[in-house]
Amino acid sequence: MLKRTPFYDFHVSMGGRLVDFAGWEMPIMYRGIVDEHEQTRKSGSMFDVSHMGRLQFSGKDATAFLNHVLTRNVAEQKIGQSRYSLVCNPAGGVMDDIIVSRDVKNWIMVCNASNRDKLVKYFHQVRTDRGLDFDMADQTESTAMVAIQGPKVIDRIADILPVDVRAMKRYQFETGSFMLTKFTVFRSGYTGEDGVEVIIPAKVAGMAMKMLAGKMDNPDAAIKPAGLGARDTLRLEAAMPLYGHELGEQIDPISVGLSWAIDLKKDFVGAEPLRKIAAEGPRRKLVGLELDGRRIARQGTPILKDAKLVGEVTSGTFSPTLQKSIAMGFVDADLTAEGTRLDADLKGTPNPATVVKLPFYKRAS
Amino acid sequence: MSAPTNYRYLETHEWHDLQGDTVTIGITQFAADELTDITFVDLPKVGATVTANKRFGEIESVKASSDLYSGVSGTVTAVNPELTNNPGLVNRDPYKAAWMIKVKVTNPAEVNKLLSVEDYLKKTGH
Repeated sequence: MLKRTPFYDFHVSMGGRLVDFAGWEMPIMYRGIVDEHEQTRKSGSMFDVSHMGRLQFSGKDATAFLNHVLTRNVAEQKIGQSRYSLVCNPAGGVMDDIIVSRDVKNWIMVCNASNRDKLVKYFHQVRTDRGLDFDMADQTESTAMVAIQGPKVIDRIADILPVDVRAMKRYQFETGSFMLTKFTVFRSGYTGEDGVEVIIPAKVAGMAMKMLAGKMDNPDAAIKPAGLGARDTLRLEAAMPLYGHELGEQIDPISVGLSWAIDLKKDFVGAEPLRKIAAEGPRRKLVGLELDGRRIARQGTPILKDAKLVGEVTSGTFSPTLQKSIAMGFVDADLTAEGTRLDADLKGTPNPATVVKLPFYKRAS
Repeated sequence: MSAPTNYRYLETHEWHDLQGDTVTIGITQFAADELTDITFVDLPKVGATVTANKRFGEIESVKASSDLYSGVSGTVTAVNPELTNNPGLVNRDPYKAAWMIKVKVTNPAEVNKLLSVEDYLKKTGH
């Protein structure tokens, strides 16, 4: 039995094509993946991301606990600040990538839908094993969350939200109240565009949706609904990693190029093996590839150099913005210089590609 | 969901339009909608042979790639040049402008073995 977010009726009424995503019934698209992708880049889109895990931590040892399980040093994190971090296993592999935010009396963590149960179990275990004193609440099902992304978004919603969005810097968050409803607004996103992610109580989602649906139905609407298909093509153009593709329990985050999200001077689960990898250099590194032709190199595609296997694709698509076939993949470290010519082996045929700098797309600031 | 009544179909969603001894082949709107935004169509060259119930090419979208099958045997006499740089045409006009190949068939009656529009729509759950 698939779970439904509080926006299920909205998805149906807006023509969403629903699929099973991590046990949730989610819209893969409404009007079309490319349409929704382009709408996001030139104007604005709203994504239902309620399926993602939302955990809250509070109490005496909450900060110490988070510092133990996260790669980032949260002790220095300011109230109102959000940060990207990884949760690693003892071997230095990635259990999940998350956003951790410091509020006045507690911490908010947003994690992948597919890893929520795993993390909750793991965090309980750590609390018991280390005798830590903190509370953890899984607020996923009592809340809803939307991501509103695109160059026109901030201007359009600044007057609707009960926080001063225009004054917020990227990766800042604020809570505000409107009609006794608590809104938590983060100026962050997973598309490479400006915008916000908003958490609201599940029970007001229906009312919020009715209000928004009326505005989004019009073909000239500045903000339209977008599904998980476009979410994937957008994040890939922006070279943002996805668990299950660029990240996984067998993958160290240093190979992924995420050293900026790891404080190796701190002690945390996985720190020792990561220090070793950092010192020796990873054997393979994540690169961006642009293929010469239009064929897509999907996850698992072998990457060759002179017919020899030197890597594997983790994600690939046809970029609507660049109008090129793009891919990310792990390649032997000595072949990762920009401009290196490699081949993507598509059903036995080598398809030439060039290593390019990431991200593939960067918004004009 | 409707489809041209004078075309014949394969269960794998390729339509066939017989005119004289030439059969034009493309894919149905249903198939195009299932694939979503098409990014690449791999077609044979003029002069190539196609065989009934064998694949003649491949079609790719952001979502997936799929083989293309011919319901007839013969020689390719024309390949739609529009689809090289504008594969999205298949999503917009699959029955006319986004025709894929024209085949001079050895046996024009072969096309009658394919599904009628009613049978195609029934088999694909419409």
